Amino acid sequence: MLTWLLEPLTYGFMQRGLLASVIVGVVCAVVGCYVVLRGMAFLGDALAHAILPGVAVAYLLGGNLTAGALIAAVIVALLIGLFSRQGAMREDTAIGILFAAALSLGVALISSVRTFAVDLSHILFGNVLGVSAADLGLVAGLGGGVLLAVVAFYKPLLVVSFDPVLAATLRWPAELFRNLLLVLLALTIVISLQTVGVGLVAAMLVTPAATANLLTRRLPTMMALAALIGALSAMVGLYLSYYANVASGAAVVLVCTGFFMVALLVAPGRGWLWRLRRG
Amino acid sequence: MAEQMIPASPARLELQGVSVGYNGRLALSDVSFQAPHGGQVAIVGPNGAGKSTLFKALVGLLPLRGGRILIHGQALGQHKDCVAYVPQREAVDWRFPVTVADVVMMGRYNRQGWFGQPSAADRQAVRRCLEQLGIAPLAGRSIGDLSGGQQQRVFLARALAQEPHILLLDEPFTGVDATTQEATLDLLDALRAQGVTTMVSTHDLSLAARRFEYVLLLNREVIAFGSPRAALSAEKIQRAFGGRVLFVEGVAVVDDCCAEASAPC
Repeated sequence: MLTWLLEPLTYGFMQRGLLASVIVGVVCAVVGCYVVLRGMAFLGDALAHAILPGVAVAYLLGGNLTAGALIAAVIVALLIGLFSRQGAMREDTAIGILFAAALSLGVALISSVRTFAVDLSHILFGNVLGVSAADLGLVAGLGGGVLLAVVAFYKPLLVVSFDPVLAATLRWPAELFRNLLLVLLALTIVISLQTVGVGLVAAMLVTPAATANLLTRRLPTMMALAALIGALSAMVGLYLSYYANVASGAAVVLVCTGFFMVALLVAPGRGWLWRLRRG
Repeated sequence: MAEQMIPASPARLELQGVSVGYNGRLALSDVSFQAPHGGQVAIVGPNGAGKSTLFKALVGLLPLRGGRILIHGQALGQHKDCVAYVPQREAVDWRFPVTVADVVMMGRYNRQGWFGQPSAADRQAVRRCLEQLGIAPLAGRSIGDLSGGQQQRVFLARALAQEPHILLLDEPFTGVDATTQEATLDLLDALRAQGVTTMVSTHDLSLAARRFEYVLLLNREVIAFGSPRAALSAEKIQRAFGGRVLFVEGVAVVDDCCAEASAPC
């Protein structure tokens, strides 16, 4: 059993991949709590796809892909905030427009390159075994920063999410914190790029948080539980990918979905089996 | 405990020609009135009269198109945490994972700032407010597991924990049980003794007439402001409610049947 667990770790790329996956699992899960509670799942998915043109431009210019993704993500996040701010347009409409436009732009740019299919699949589904030491440092640094911000701004983010009217009576800048949340979400998506890819990051944001939400009634506990589920899913998924030889991002998401299904069935007080027993 | 809740200075609320609008349409125009400190004002008007709009303007959620709001003679926003607002129950996301104690503690956030931790005084204030509203045994419960009346008392306790000078209650008597209605009225009496200025929107004309010192009859503009006797004359009610009011042997019957089911006004 121990050799079974340790064998993959003899490879440097597996160590880095595992570490990066766990960090991404934890950060996605914690930020995902706000995504689930505020109903931003569509926004998260859209943001993930919307960073494609940034990645494409960086790729074409031979620059750092993560830096390109970062710039694109922050621009799109703030644009969505700006579009829907005045209430002139529903937020999901603004998202729908920007998301499709950015995705098209990204595909158009990448399709001009000869190795189009391989590159696109790495961006869409991640390439966890290709995580370099520099990538890992970036993931750890940005991920740590996001977690720090979520903890430090716990109260304003809670109030803005739960009760914007209270934020107004307290004279706290609700707009600023709404945008901060969008930027944190964008950063989270960027660091997920290499491990699960833009296609599956929405699942890493939503599924651990939704699972935790079935199991607890307080936000701090929900965040801690979601982080645990995210980290566990990343580990189990990566071993599964190593031994069963399946795509790592998909394996992680499937394990995570497994946790969710179990919680959906047996969550105390809310699970289906629980309700069945009570009639 | 009542002594500790007395605001440092007496509250006075004054509106001078206040106009508020959404998307180019005026929802309230030229609203002027003055409530003395400790005054209790019932805001009465049909659906869409601008009652909730007035509250949103008072907490600074909607910008003014014109006029001024003065609290203690100073412009709105000069005083922090001076105005507490209890929203309509429909306006709250009850699935949010927070406990009763968490919500009431939010009433102390202004004292703690963005990064501070709750002090012993904060915890004590939370406990006191929970007890005053009779929901101390529910402190650890999730807000989604409570009855409608209990949920409303949670938000009343939070408003109390803010130790406001001005308290705004949006339709607190709509769709709640008798216990909560009684608890709300008791709270109003306690607040009157503490000199907290209170504004309550309600559909209940007779309650407004019985329990409040002042009535603000509203329909996009001030129809009347004054004592219930002066403000709630047949002619003025007719003007505020238009065709939706019927007089049967001197008793006003307002045909506002769908009030509770419809969107907040």
